[in-house]
Amino acid sequence: MDEMGTVVRDYIVREYLEEDDNQEITDTTPLISGGIVDSFSMVSLKRFLEKKYQIHIPDADATPNAFDTVQNIVALVQRFRNAAQIGA
Amino acid sequence: MKSGTAGRRSHLFSCTTYKDAIAMMAAWFDEDNIMAFISALRDRYQSEIEAIRASGLFKDERYIHSPQSSEIEVEFPAGSKPRKCVNICANNYLGLSDHPEVIAAAHAGLDSRGYGMSSVRFICGTQDIHRELEGRLTEFLGTEDTLLFPSCMDANAGFFEACLSEQDVMIADRLVHASIVDGMRLCKAMQDTYKHSDMGHLEEKLQEHMDKRARMIITDGVFSMDGDMAKLDEIVELAEKYDAMVFLDDSHATGFIGRTGRGTHEQCGVVGEIDVITTTLGKALGGASGGCVSGRRELVGMCRQRARPFLFSNSVAPVIVAGALKVMELISRSTDRRDKLEWNARYWRGLLKDAGFDIKEGESPIVPVMLYDAKLAQDFARDLFDEGVYAVGFFFPVVPKGQARIRTQLSAAHEKHHLDFALDAFKKVGQKHGVLGLGKKELLARAGA
Repeated sequence: MDEMGTVVRDYIVREYLEEDDNQEITDTTPLISGGIVDSFSMVSLKRFLEKKYQIHIPDADATPNAFDTVQNIVALVQRFRNAAQIGA
Repeated sequence: MKSGTAGRRSHLFSCTTYKDAIAMMAAWFDEDNIMAFISALRDRYQSEIEAIRASGLFKDERYIHSPQSSEIEVEFPAGSKPRKCVNICANNYLGLSDHPEVIAAAHAGLDSRGYGMSSVRFICGTQDIHRELEGRLTEFLGTEDTLLFPSCMDANAGFFEACLSEQDVMIADRLVHASIVDGMRLCKAMQDTYKHSDMGHLEEKLQEHMDKRARMIITDGVFSMDGDMAKLDEIVELAEKYDAMVFLDDSHATGFIGRTGRGTHEQCGVVGEIDVITTTLGKALGGASGGCVSGRRELVGMCRQRARPFLFSNSVAPVIVAGALKVMELISRSTDRRDKLEWNARYWRGLLKDAGFDIKEGESPIVPVMLYDAKLAQDFARDLFDEGVYAVGFFFPVVPKGQARIRTQLSAAHEKHHLDFALDAFKKVGQKHGVLGLGKKELLARAGA
């Protein structure tokens, strides 16, 4: 969780924050409802997670709520990783 | 219909006139609920509308009783006597919305080509003047061909699906107009975005997508909320380096940005190097309605064959085409209007800065006065109206959270006295709310951010 959380947090800071934006991103910082990530630019985060963790997140599961905090994102990725392992 | 009322329908047959039938139906229903609607649905929509109202995001219209211009007569609140005010929130950049020559040309078009076409373009909806206007736009924008759409919203909604598919990628600036976002969502090509005007980030994205068949960089020319300009020269350089196409929505630039008003591509020295430009007749070019896709012949050709808003909606009305032809003639004949607009924008920016307002820097006639707080922006706009100035507050979700503002827009129809009058109102309202002389940090702290 911690390692994956760090990877996700780093990506969000790099991908969505401006260089002069010192906003701290914690596990519970609201990303979409807080206006940091919008649904338009969320697709690159989904693609990053799919590539990095070798999973497929169906569009139906890529909801604003599932992507709203680092904590939720990590839970989502773990769910699909577990499903992939069981499937294998 | 409401349950229990279906049996009454037979009574309608006893009515001998339409008027009697309406009167009978009106008697059956509560006055407010005369339209047939299942009550659960009615409750749902009413509560959603109430939620919008409670969150402070409810949008209401103000009724204007005069032509669009720098001075308009506005009825607000509804039912009150219309009163004159200075308008600084229209997209009437060149002041052509009520220009006598444009109105006369529209009248002549109405007389010679009729009111409506009653057809889409490819059935029996193309008049000679539609192709004439497309030719004039092509020449003005420095492209190969142009296709008119009912609006630029439609042009943006239809372009991507018509021209790109699964093997391609669209890489858009994160602040592009909502119509582009919608158009991209309708297209099967991969979507990606880059940080606003961040060329390093755009380059990373281009590198990431080198495996795609086609890459398209998508940007506005002038961004509507901030009034800043795309770095089109750098975008074109990157497009060449990574074999990408460039899509430009120049709706807030066509007619006045650049030395002769061609648009952002003229300002940045890249005329002829933009693959596709979409723009509107609904802002500087007379302000009526209609838009277009203009660019490489093949891309315009694909839109003619496949863009659904073009294929499935009516032709632009002849009266608008005739008016727009006159607009093209006026702006090709002289740069006086865009020169005056440029002067007005510079003058207005200077006035606001000297008065101690925090404004977004830039060169365009879109000048946002930053307040950062949504409620303050709403109160500020309401107080301005009381002082005789019509401007609108913008806040989330139209702009990012904590970035609320009053967006002011200049026009060539503004005279110096209009701007001086508007400044007095801004100063008075600014003093009332204690924002004069405050920088971004202080304003943010005041907003509790």
